[in-house]
Amino acid sequence: MELALFDRWLHILAGVTWIGLLYYFNFVQAQAMGQAAADEGGPGPAAIGKYIAPRALLWFRWAAVVTWLTGAYYLEAVPQYSLSGAFMLGIGAANLQLTSIGLGAWLGTIMLFNVWVLIWPNQKKILGIVAANDEEKARAKRIAFLASRSNVMMSLPMLLLMQGSVHGLPMG
Amino acid sequence: MNPLDTVTGTLVAGLVLSVVLVYVARAIAGA
Repeated sequence: MELALFDRWLHILAGVTWIGLLYYFNFVQAQAMGQAAADEGGPGPAAIGKYIAPRALLWFRWAAVVTWLTGAYYLEAVPQYSLSGAFMLGIGAANLQLTSIGLGAWLGTIMLFNVWVLIWPNQKKILGIVAANDEEKARAKRIAFLASRSNVMMSLPMLLLMQGSVHGLPMG
Repeated sequence: MNPLDTVTGTLVAGLVLSVVLVYVARAIAGA
């Protein structure tokens, strides 16, 4: 049980890192890249793409993994939840805490999928880490963008449902 | 237009999804 409490702390730390960087990409970097590209005579977006984005993506994708693993461990380690019960959404259990954390866990899992299957492989093409022609890059940009924005959208209910499972949900 | 193309649209979509899922959670749990 003691280990579960440290695990929960690590889950929150990793989650803040992951979602904080997600918000950085969506609220700061994407706009800054567009502005820098349109700024004739300015320094351009190359430095962001070369020095900042790869480092931010490194922390982003691994924080996502740590968040998911520590979350899964926590669900199994504490008596009020279980991993299978959460992913079954507590159906039949008449347990709002379990259903709430379960919906949050599903959202987090979809978001992890988006990071590793849609965002990171396409970002590698955009940043030139793997070879891609202009058409492939344009397609990669759109897919990575929509996956990233989908994660921002899903982060709102994910955080509401996860904290709400312990502290209560609104609209009761 | 896709609401995810703007930050505002994304946040509004997230808020709507949040409200829907809170009601879904309550319906599943019977609470």
